[in-house]
Amino acid sequence: MFRGRRLNRSAAVNALNFLLLMLLGAFMALPFVYVLNNAFKPLDELFIYPPRLFVQNPTLDNFSDMFTVMSESVITFSRYVFNSLFVTAVGTAGMVLISSLAAFALAKYRLGLRKVLFNIVVLSLMFSGQVTALPNYLTMRDLGWIDSYLAIIVPAFAMPLNLFLMKQFMESMIPDTIIESASIDGAGVLNSFFKIAMPMVKPAWLTAIIFSVQNLWNSTGGNFIFSEQYKPLQYALQQILAGGIVRAGVGSAVAVVMMIVPVSVFILSQSNVVETMSASGLKE
Amino acid sequence: MNTRVSGSGAVIKKTSIRHVLKTEIKSWQIYLCLLPFFSIFFVFTVLPVLKAVRYSFTYFNIFQEPQWIGLDNYKNLFLHDDVFIKALANTFYFAIITGPLGYLISLMLAWVINDFSPAIRSILTVVFYAPSISGQLYLIWTLMFSGDSAGFVNGFLIKYGIINEPVQWLTDPTYMMSVIILVALWMSLGAGFLSFIAGFQGIDKGLYEAGAIDGIRNRYQEFWFITLPAIKPQLMFGAVMSVTSSFAAADIMINLAGFPSTDYAAHTIVTHLQDYGFIRYDMGYACAIATILFLMMVFVNKWVQKLIRKV
Repeated sequence: MFRGRRLNRSAAVNALNFLLLMLLGAFMALPFVYVLNNAFKPLDELFIYPPRLFVQNPTLDNFSDMFTVMSESVITFSRYVFNSLFVTAVGTAGMVLISSLAAFALAKYRLGLRKVLFNIVVLSLMFSGQVTALPNYLTMRDLGWIDSYLAIIVPAFAMPLNLFLMKQFMESMIPDTIIESASIDGAGVLNSFFKIAMPMVKPAWLTAIIFSVQNLWNSTGGNFIFSEQYKPLQYALQQILAGGIVRAGVGSAVAVVMMIVPVSVFILSQSNVVETMSASGLKE
Repeated sequence: MNTRVSGSGAVIKKTSIRHVLKTEIKSWQIYLCLLPFFSIFFVFTVLPVLKAVRYSFTYFNIFQEPQWIGLDNYKNLFLHDDVFIKALANTFYFAIITGPLGYLISLMLAWVINDFSPAIRSILTVVFYAPSISGQLYLIWTLMFSGDSAGFVNGFLIKYGIINEPVQWLTDPTYMMSVIILVALWMSLGAGFLSFIAGFQGIDKGLYEAGAIDGIRNRYQEFWFITLPAIKPQLMFGAVMSVTSSFAAADIMINLAGFPSTDYAAHTIVTHLQDYGFIRYDMGYACAIATILFLMMVFVNKWVQKLIRKV
């Protein structure tokens, strides 16, 4: 289990490490265990005193209640689901194409602006979306994109973190000679991109897809979506849980539905992500 | 001799014209590849920063044209706005704890996880990484820290006699920030954590053998003198992620402690910005807050980069 190269470490330190890992692991997993159990608890178990962590008589009532609770609201539960799915799918598809094209051009072609452009992207990792929130609100208003999917989807096409990761990975994974010989054979930039680069950097764009799905699926609509019919699932969850302990069962059911998407996407492609992140380093 | 030189020069010229033409076509294609990303990036990320700086010198209520008022917004923020000073203090308090602590936890866990077999390593990675990607799932902590005795934490503590009556975890200013910091640490193992894991896996094992020959005696020397320098680029990347997110915290405060929170005990720069921007529509004032936030994030990031470069 342990690699051979290791210098000796006492059994006591190993045991301590293991214990610490288990404690931290339990702390990390606690909300997941709690929410999974709550989602399957019948009403009387949810309000039992003192509260119990594990479910005794599991039921699916909370999941069917998701639809009835939400049917009292202006729009149906399935509309929230659709909004989230639509924004995530379209935004991610566009992001993969647009960001990887730019990453490829920055990584593999000599260009006067290359350094400047890349440095601005790195700088943009150093501040968050809240800095730009107000001017962006005004821009969206002028474009007429308030209460439109476009306000969420279009900015997501250009996610700096993904450009950064893909560019770093392409730089280290695609040999210059391949691109050069392809261009001597008369291949254009687009041709080299689709036929040579993209098949070689599958881990990078899979990682970009994962980060984009996490980002878009977890969006609450923020400051751009006010009309109920365009709100995503995350917003619905906020509203349900704002009902407090009374809605604990339904809220937990919705939370389970929501976390399944990013967590399972990550589990399926974990090795690709780790491979990509090996190129994530900031050099200077 | 002379003719030969000029002759070969002509040949070079001919091919270089063809070459130039070809690269011209190419660079046109390259710019086309860059255009979609960078036009969106400039409109929604770069330009807004410049606009925020410009609006920060104006009075702007979004219904009328902005009016130039010089440094008034900044003067008011620092001299007349007690809530802003409180928000500034809260933000630094929160960032100084969650930033470095979250960073160290990520680094140490990635290091410990690295010793396990690939199967166990990937399970542990999912367990530790899951909170940061589960979106609004952290709202579940509001149920766990609910102020009545049906709340999980209160129920547990009362059962074992540690407290006698329910604690108002999320409305009492004494506990509010601590609970928020706990939840923030729970969510802090993000992209930086993955970067560390990848960094540890990518270290050349020859380095350790060379280190053993050079007199590295225990695992801690090994960690300090070989492992850390080897993953310096990942350390820098992780630091950017930690610094930026610890200064950006706001949603977690709003959703856990309410908006505004009791006595502004969980008020941060970003919640102050949202208050003035999206509730009072005082865009000039809010943009001054955004500008301060921008400068703070970039300066702290640059400073931390400088520190890590010395490792």
